[in-house]
Parts: sequence; C-alpha cells; structure tokens
Amino acid sequence: MAAKPTTVLDSRALARTLRRIADEIVELFDGVDNLIFVGIQRRGVQLSDRLADILDDREQVKVPRGSLDITLYRDDLQTVGPRPVVGPTKLPWDLNGKRVLIVDDVLHTGRTVRAALDELADFGRPSRIALAVLVDRGGRELPIHADIVGKRVDVAPTDRVDVLVSEIDGSDSVVLVRREDAA
Amino acid sequence: MTTPLGKDLLALEPLTPEQIRLILDTAEPFKEISERAIKKVPALRGSTIVNLFFEASTRTRVSFEFAEKRLSADTVNVAASGSSVSKGETLVDTARNLEAMRIDMVVIRHSASGAAQFLAERIESNVINAGDGTHEHPTQGLLDLLTLRDRFGTLEGRRICICGDVLHSRVARSNIWGLKKMGAVVGVCGPRSLLPNAIAELGVEVFDRIEAAIEWAEALNVLRLQLERMQAGYIPSLREYNRVFGVTRERLERAPRDLLILHPGPMNRGVEIDSDVADGPHSVILEQVTNGVAVRMAVLYLLAGGAPELADAAKGGSDR
Amino acid sequence: MSHRESGIGNRESGGNREQGTGNRGSGVRHGVLRGGRVLDPSQQIDSKGDLILADGKVESFETAAGASYGDDYEVIDCSGLVVAPGFIDVHCHLREPGREDVETIATGARAAAVGGFTAVCAMPNTQPVTDNQAAVGFVLRQGQAANAARVHPIGAISLGQEGKSLAEFGEMVGAGAVAVSDDGRPVASAHLMRTALEYARTFGIPVADHCEEPTLAAGGAMNEGIVSARLGLKGIPSEAEEIMVIRDILLARRTGGHVHLCHMSTKGSIELIRWGKERGIRVTAEACPHHLSLTEDAVDGYNTNAKMNPPLRTAEDVEAVRDAVRDGTIDLVATDHAPHHYDEKEREFADAPNGIVGLETALAVVNTWLVKPGIIDLTTLVDRMSVSPATTFNLPGGSLRRGSVADVTVFDATREWTVDPAKFVSKGRNSPYGGYSLYGRVMCTIVGGKIVHRATG
Repeated sequence: MAAKPTTVLDSRALARTLRRIADEIVELFDGVDNLIFVGIQRRGVQLSDRLADILDDREQVKVPRGSLDITLYRDDLQTVGPRPVVGPTKLPWDLNGKRVLIVDDVLHTGRTVRAALDELADFGRPSRIALAVLVDRGGRELPIHADIVGKRVDVAPTDRVDVLVSEIDGSDSVVLVRREDAA
Repeated sequence: MTTPLGKDLLALEPLTPEQIRLILDTAEPFKEISERAIKKVPALRGSTIVNLFFEASTRTRVSFEFAEKRLSADTVNVAASGSSVSKGETLVDTARNLEAMRIDMVVIRHSASGAAQFLAERIESNVINAGDGTHEHPTQGLLDLLTLRDRFGTLEGRRICICGDVLHSRVARSNIWGLKKMGAVVGVCGPRSLLPNAIAELGVEVFDRIEAAIEWAEALNVLRLQLERMQAGYIPSLREYNRVFGVTRERLERAPRDLLILHPGPMNRGVEIDSDVADGPHSVILEQVTNGVAVRMAVLYLLAGGAPELADAAKGGSDR
Repeated sequence: MSHRESGIGNRESGGNREQGTGNRGSGVRHGVLRGGRVLDPSQQIDSKGDLILADGKVESFETAAGASYGDDYEVIDCSGLVVAPGFIDVHCHLREPGREDVETIATGARAAAVGGFTAVCAMPNTQPVTDNQAAVGFVLRQGQAANAARVHPIGAISLGQEGKSLAEFGEMVGAGAVAVSDDGRPVASAHLMRTALEYARTFGIPVADHCEEPTLAAGGAMNEGIVSARLGLKGIPSEAEEIMVIRDILLARRTGGHVHLCHMSTKGSIELIRWGKERGIRVTAEACPHHLSLTEDAVDGYNTNAKMNPPLRTAEDVEAVRDAVRDGTIDLVATDHAPHHYDEKEREFADAPNGIVGLETALAVVNTWLVKPGIIDLTTLVDRMSVSPATTFNLPGGSLRRGSVADVTVFDATREWTVDPAKFVSKGRNSPYGGYSLYGRVMCTIVGGKIVHRATG
C-alpha cells in the first residue's frame, strides 16, 4: 500500500501552535493556579511537558505535570488486542478539587479521552477537567470535544495523522499519510 | 485467539527471551496500580477466570486473585477438596465442564507434572500454569526475574544460584529456564540426592557446598525444603540439612560481596534459611510477593488480548 | 515356472494330492503360496519358489519352474512378497479374563493375525491372575475359539503374582502353559527367583522375568535423564533394570535354569546379557519394537502413548539394543502388546497406565527402523520374529521345514502405509505410532494351513 505523507505542521509551525495553545490555556483557566497538566501516553506526555515549560517561563511558576496511560481503560482490548507494553501512569497528587488539563496529540474517535476520564475518576474528583489537543482530525464516535485545538484537519477515515516529537521521533512535525488505494 | 504469548502460559522453557522481556516490561507499570487508592483498572472487565486449585496454596491463589480483581475480571475459586474432583471426576471431565460454562481463562495448580498442558490442549480457554507437579511454576519464575532485574538493572551475566531441593522443585525449573534465557549464569547447590541426575545437562553450574555457592553467586534463590523429603529418605535430618546447606548469616558474612536473597515461600525458618537472613537487609522476599501480583496481572492482560497484528495497527494512531 | 495369474479360490489342474484335515478347522487344506521370496532362516533358505501346504502342514518347497498341483489346491500369488514362517510373539497382554473392555483373547488373537503373528504367548497378569491349571485351560480354550493366531498361555511364577509362593508349574504346563512369568511385576525376591528357575527346569520351561528393581523404580514414570529432569517427572534409572538383569543371570548360572529376560531396554542390560552368554549361562532375552525405534524424547509434551515400562530410553540405549538384535545378544523381538482403555491414557502422565499396543505395527516398526537402514537384513528379522521365538519357548512353528505346522506369514517388505490406530483390530488404540508412515505390510497370515488374515487392497 503506497502512502504519501504530506506535512501539516513543520517544526516551526508546531512550536507556534503550542505557544498559541498555551495562551488559550491561561485564558481558559484564568491563570494556572491549582492546575495540573496530564499528558496521555505516549506523545501527549511530551506535548503536555512542552506546554507546561512554556507556562513555567511565562508565569514564573512550576506547573505540576503528570502522565496517564489509558491502555488498561480501553474498551476495545478484545478486538484490537493489548498494546504490548503499558506505559507508566504518574499522578502523584490528590486530584480532589484540582483543575486538570488533559493533553493529547490527536483527537479522533474520542475513545481515548473517554478512557482517560474514566481513569482520572479512579484517582479522585477534580473540580474541572479540560482537554487540549494538538490536532483534531474529526471522526468522533462519542460526544466529546476539545476545549482547545491546535489545528483542525479534515481527512478520510482511512488516512492517518501522525504527530512526531523530537523526544521520541527525532524531530517535530505533524504529517498526514493518505492511503492512495483507499478509494 | 493468539496473543504475543500464544494461547497459554504453561512454562518458561518454550518462551523466547523477547516474550519473557515483554511480560516483565508489561509488569512494571502494573506495580503502580497496586499503589493507587483505587487499586483497580477495567482492562479485563467481563472476563471470567477460574482459579482451579487441586493443591492447597494460599499464597499463589491469593496473588492470582488480587491480580485478576485489580484487572476487574470476575473470578471463581475452585478448590479440589470442595469439588467433584474428590469424587473421582477426571481432569478431562472437569475441564470440559468448565469449558461448557464459557469461561475465558483457567489458572490451574495441580500435583501432576504436565497437568496444565493437558488442560490447555483440551479447552479453548487460556490456561495459566500456577504450578504443575515438579515441572514448572512460570509466574513464580517471572516474579523472581522481575525482582532480580529491578535490583540488578539487567540479568545479563549475573550469577544466580538456586539452593536446595531442585529435584522436586517446579520453581527451580522455571528459574533455570527464565534466568538462562535472560542471559544470567545459573548455579544450583544442594545435596546430590535432591538434584536431578542430569542436572549438568541443563547448562548450570553445580555446587556441592553452600559455601562455594555463596562465594560464587550474586544472588541466592533459596528453595523451600519440603519436610516429607526427610521421610522419603532423601536427607537424613532437617538439623543436618541446616548445618550443611542452610543459608545462614555467618556464611553470608564470609562472602566477598553482598548477596540478594530470594525465597519463593513459604519458608522453613531455621532449615533452609535462617531468620536473620530472611529478615535481613539483603532479603528481597517481600518484593517478590509484591512483584508476584504485577507479573500475574501482566500475564493475564497479555493473554486476554486479541490478535497481535491488530495491536500493531493500533499503535499507529494514538486515538482510535 | 509358467506365469499363471490367480488369487484365492482359483483352482488349477495338476496331479492329485491326498486330502487331509487341517488342524484348525476348515481352510486351505491344500494350498500353494506361489512365486514368493521364501525366507526360512531355520533351513537357510532364501529363494524364490512355491511353498506347498497340505493338511495343515508344510508339504514341500519347490524352486523348480513349472511345478503343477492338483485342482484342489488353492493358489495364492505371492510374487513380489516375502513368504516366511509365521511370526511368534512371546509377550503380549490379552487382558482376558478381567478387562474384556480393553481386549479379549479373541480380539487380541485377531490383531495378532493382522500383524502377521501366527502364535502369541499371553502373559498371566489378568484378573484373576493365570496362576493355576484351570485358568491356563481357559486361556487356551478361548484362544482356540478365536480361530486366529494360536494363543499359548504363560502361567504366573507366584500365586497371584504376589511374589511369595510358587504357583503350580507342573499342573499349568500340563494344561498348556509354555512358560512362567510374573510380568507386569518384577520378582523382587531373589530367593523366589532362584526357586522358580530351579523348579522350572523340571518341566523344561523358561522363566520370563520383568527386570525391575522395585525400590529404585518406585513412582517412576519415564526414563531418568535429561527429559525427566526437564518435564519434572520421576525417572526410572537404567540401573533398576540392569541390577535385576545381572541378578537373574547369576541365578541362572547358579541353578542351570533358563531365564528369559523380557523387554530389554538399556545398553547396560545388553552388556550384561553378552557377559552371561559368553559364559554359557542359559539366558535369552527379548526386545520390543518401541525400544528399537523411539527414545525418551517421544514423552515430550506428556504423551501418555509413549509411557511404558520399561520406559523409552536414550538414543545410545536404542542403538545398543538394535545392535544386540543384529548380533543375536537379543534373541527375539516381542511386542509387549498392552492395550488400555482410551480414558485410562487420557489423563495426567504420572497417573496414566504403562504400555502400548504393538501387535499390528511390530513388523513395520522393525522393518522401518532396522531393515530399511541396513542394521539387519530380512533374514534376521524373520529369525528374531519367528524362528528364535519358537526355539526359545519350544513352540510349534518357526520353520517351513517339511512336516512343520503350516504357520506362514506373507508380507510386502516395501509397502508404505500410514498407521491409523482407529483402524486397529485390537480394542486398544494406545499406539505412539499414530500418523507415522511405515514400511512393511502383512498381506496374508496362515495358521495351520488356514488363512486367518488377508490384507484388503
């Protein structure tokens, strides 16, 4: 199957988008008080850390950051099989009464976010949970929407949107891989 | 349904190093779940698991049961004494009856070597061997590997000595295969009457004296000495066993390095291991128990899944 | 010899022959096994020709072409086939009386015929034990009624095979017993074995011993070695067999009795038998097809159809036993045919019973693993499966000499077939050879001049 990747965001555009998301976070939460960043494994964690770094600089605080692996909360274990390795979940705070921002790379069906909400509920009762994603590619299967979106792209269900981050992939970018034989 | 581990976990001997590494890597994040306030994730919600124990074993059964419950599976414990097995029902009939009740997995402990494989060949459900006779006890082997790997960082080149009744020990066999596959150098030490005749052919170093084993090893896995071995004439007395083969503080103090001490439990304090060793600073016996739950969660989770090729596809996009 | 194509039932013209009565009912009173390779080691015959049977006996062997026979002679075309004195199995378990659900003397005798055996010796470990003349007579009568292979009873050494007091050898021999054995159990007491060897001399019968030192073998499920260490199964060391082998040989030396060692399985046993034979001690020994073909590796996966006693041993042992069959240290091949019910083998390995069925695969196994690779030739095969069993146990048959009983086996040494235990005539299905492709098929088995088995297709 031939696949032709096209760049949706290059590294400079990605950095710019993250700065804009950071602005919107401050706006949405009216500052960063009592706010915890939670990245979803895997690339949501790196994006969450970058956003938190930007805000650390800008607001002169240390924004607490955690990570969430939702593998065990998926509702499709029987159909897609286990991900071979489950990533770590790090939420070393009492979430009761806290404000939580979930950060993920791509929003698609909404099932990951649903699983993340379930998992967060097992850790406590935050006063507010919001969702920030780098890319919204449409195709929702659940009534879920993001509070903050970096970039919206309109793609066919068979297309793939990949977010690459330098910590894992060696470079920053968002690419669209179209399946040419999909039609 | 095939998984990265196949349908069943019956033994460590047939596993590849990659499969063992996968289980250990999967077990790592599961440790954290047991630290949470709500020690439960929904991964196996709706799965039915039968713990079929033909031999009494509180600690292994409880460990499996915690693992199952922390993954939200529905579990039923069947103990041989309270079941039709004691009325003379054969293992194959027991298996077919369980199958007819549409269960997803069976965890089996049995006094006959090969019983887990026997069951696995006859039912569709996943089968996990929780100890079969004197053959293997794979999850115990895995938790020992995890405990050692946590402490050593890697098992490659590490010298581990298994001490005691290797002849009758399923723990010993699973340890030997698992450790060797992970690159460790394995020794065994015990009275020759309690070592298999062909032990050297398994590719292990054999030590006749515990002092020599302690001098050589970086960790000792001290096996439980079943008290009935004395009645069966394999050793003259427990007192002499302790005198000659006991892992004591005095012996460990003469070692050129600190040794990690493992024991699969339950311990006979004052026989194969002295209390001040079992409770001492280098004992990782309680870590083994903690790791046991994580390893069993990992095995249950990996066996519960669907086709691995779909799992690979699932990795492509983060949100599906 | 002219080319005349015919099969059973065709009559051909020729000179007149006197009518006679076959010794086992109506059958081929007069018959010709035509054009086969007649192999009779008892007369050093290996040549193509016609074997003529009359009145249940061998009448003559004609190599001259163009021989003709009376029109009352049934002619069986044996071209391309081996014609040999009928095979004799001195060691099988027919389970009757007691376990008729597993095998009967009739089904066992028919299975034997399918395997080319014209006679079998039934071991006495039945329920109740064949330890008296009435029980021996029962086995004999059931065997005659089967109208298949001859069935020779073996009586027990000790009453109830309990290893305590001697059974009545004299009365059992009088009733038709051809040997005594406590097979299935070892004779633990050296004193009892000594007495049995001495007492059996009176009647000229061998004492067949299952060599197993009971305290060493206790609880064992397979050969002790690397495979038992891996599988976590209790092993039976070779020494459990060898200790009894040398004990029996020494007792035979002391008593002058004839000891026959059953199912030899280890290299050490072979060396000890060789030692005994070199000294002129009256020791004979048998090996089973499975110990000549399979190793302990067959047990892997807890295959209960590879569980037998003595157990399958190592490749080194198998090689030594094969070699002993070649050089005659092992006198004969016996099956140790041991049928078990399906349910009994369908269980945990340690709890499954010992033994496999062997009557219907014996020829093919020996042929495939020993003749085909050139370890022995067909003459030796016929000797070890027919001539030698007859002489060792003093049984009729084992020869195609004029006047011998017309017990004949006709087989195709090259025919390949796939073992399907479901098709066995024996009630037992417990064979480790299921699915194996083997060479050598019995085409026709004749007992006392009567065809008791003929291959279809």
